[in-house]
Amino acid sequence: MIKSSTLLCMLAAVGLLGGPAAADTIKVGVIGTMSGPYALFGKNFKMGIDAWVAQHGSKVGSHEVEFIYRDEEAPNPAKSKAIAQELLVKDKVQYLAGVYFTPNAMAVAPLLEQAKVPLIVMNAATSSIVEKSPFIARTSFTMWQNTVPAAKVARERGASKVAIAVTDYGPGIDAEAAFKKTFEAGGGTIVEAVRMPLNTTDFSPIMQRIKDSGADTIFTFLPAGPPTLAFVKAYIDNGLKAGGIKLMSTGDVVTEPDLPNIGDAGLGILSTYHYAVSHDSPENKAFLDQLVKSGGKLDEVTMTAVAAYDGARLIYKMIEATDGKQDPDKAIAAVKNLKWMSPRGPVSIDPETRHIRQNVYLREVAKRDGKLENKEVQTFEAQPDWALSKQ
Amino acid sequence: MRTILSIAVDALAYGMVLFIISIGLSIMMGLMRVVNLAHGAFAMIGGYLASYAVRSWGLSYGFAIVLAVIGTIVIALPLERLLFRRIYRKSDALPQLLLTIGITFLVIGIVNFIFGPTLKPVPLPGVLSGPFDIGFRMLPTHRLFVIACGAITAAALWYLLERTDFGVRLRAAVDNGDMAEALGIRTELIYLATFALAVGLAAFGGIVGAELLPIEPFYALRYMVVFLVVVSVGGAGSITGALAASLLLGLADTTGKYLAPEFGEFFFYLAVIVIVFLFPHGLLGRGALR
Repeated sequence: MIKSSTLLCMLAAVGLLGGPAAADTIKVGVIGTMSGPYALFGKNFKMGIDAWVAQHGSKVGSHEVEFIYRDEEAPNPAKSKAIAQELLVKDKVQYLAGVYFTPNAMAVAPLLEQAKVPLIVMNAATSSIVEKSPFIARTSFTMWQNTVPAAKVARERGASKVAIAVTDYGPGIDAEAAFKKTFEAGGGTIVEAVRMPLNTTDFSPIMQRIKDSGADTIFTFLPAGPPTLAFVKAYIDNGLKAGGIKLMSTGDVVTEPDLPNIGDAGLGILSTYHYAVSHDSPENKAFLDQLVKSGGKLDEVTMTAVAAYDGARLIYKMIEATDGKQDPDKAIAAVKNLKWMSPRGPVSIDPETRHIRQNVYLREVAKRDGKLENKEVQTFEAQPDWALSKQ
Repeated sequence: MRTILSIAVDALAYGMVLFIISIGLSIMMGLMRVVNLAHGAFAMIGGYLASYAVRSWGLSYGFAIVLAVIGTIVIALPLERLLFRRIYRKSDALPQLLLTIGITFLVIGIVNFIFGPTLKPVPLPGVLSGPFDIGFRMLPTHRLFVIACGAITAAALWYLLERTDFGVRLRAAVDNGDMAEALGIRTELIYLATFALAVGLAAFGGIVGAELLPIEPFYALRYMVVFLVVVSVGGAGSITGALAASLLLGLADTTGKYLAPEFGEFFFYLAVIVIVFLFPHGLLGRGALR
């Protein structure tokens, strides 16, 4: 009896598949750091996308959407390119998304036009990525976007001599240039600019160098991950904080999962960023509740979750606009000028740059209910990517 | 002058971490002729156990170190019985490499599965965290602790190998295993004990060095090259050699990072090339790796 009913179901299913109203499956390839030291951020891609799907269903119209995850692991352009090719050729994905590291995004970009596939960048933050292909849109942030407010704040708060220490790759160099330009335009001087290799784990000598430079403030960027914690600890333990040298950074350096490890010594560290888990809005509350409901942990939420959540919105919008057909021009056109209320605040996609325009917040590490958080203390509204946009 | 002193202190601390972890490998390579690529994995296991003991069980730092070192040895001993003893001394380098790198991958996978891919700190007690004023600069208190640990380890090892009965037996077993056995020395037990010692040292170094070489699943591979370099520069099996190599390389690396950070590890490897060119068997090697 059971068997025959199963058979009937199968027949019915086969009948449906063969029918004219066939529900097709649209595949989206997500490239993220799923293993290795940066795995937390790949996990956040998945948490963000899962939250979006849980809220909006796995269907757009009659089209089923399927997300396929692949591991980029580390800054490894050759590997990322191979993964992207595999997704395009073997899995026949209609959209690519994710990408944590800039070099990896750069390697994937040339494939898009040939394959006629849009890419939604959900992290990689070097400004020029969107220029590498007309089929790229970005829902994360850029270094210029987050750094220009940092330089303004530093100057406003009385910094005059700044030492810059950034990781020696695309975003780090962007951050250095953005800070230098804004800070010098404000009348400050840069007394030291250190570029640190990506694999640095011991920051003591660098702290010593900064101290010797006579700077009153440090500006730093490191990609969120293990080295940021070591950097902040070196800053505190080498007596720079006690010696009155201020630390100013982009939020990558003080991601929420790292705060408990930095401990109370981190209180008062300033950073500028587009998203803080503590952001007080109904959208963020609903977003975080959904993350937890879909199996995520609140202590593990980072900026890549919200970028992925908003990225999934763009993908759904593009599928809707093209009715499931592969038409990258139409898809990208559909998201230009798109405005919505993100968990991070009001955002829109800049039609010129295809990059997200958003508020950037100045935050201070503070304690609430015994837990460290990034408390938003000042808002810079609707910041564009300062490297690409003129205003 | 102040700057030079500051760099010297940083170099000393970094060198000591390298020393504590590498000396176990040096003993394995020099005395038992095993190129143990799983050495970094044992250091990592030590770090994870200590991190877990402090964070989840709330044990004190000192107690966690002891427990983690013992725990790592307990985990490693069955491996010695089943696998490592087959590759001591007589076997070719290739099976040794394949076996130990295989163990490394296995450990990485298991650790990743159990503890997850994120960095696991070993929280320091209040006494050891925060800055410490040593007159001409502030220094992380923990660095002083590491320097002390390195010095004590070096002295204790020297005493153990050169001045105790165990040391005599070990050296006899190494120089001529068959003759040592004929004289009634149970070389099997000697090797077992030496293996435990090497693993214990790796774990100890992994824990106290966690601030400089953070504990995460790829630790086992990431720093393995550095440990091997220290051993080959110092000369396998030599305590003073490993100490000299660690300090020298620590100095090269730290000075390089201070003077020209954008060069990365260039100066570290430049120092390696120069030293190995001048001393093909390492600074104080006995040409043991025949």
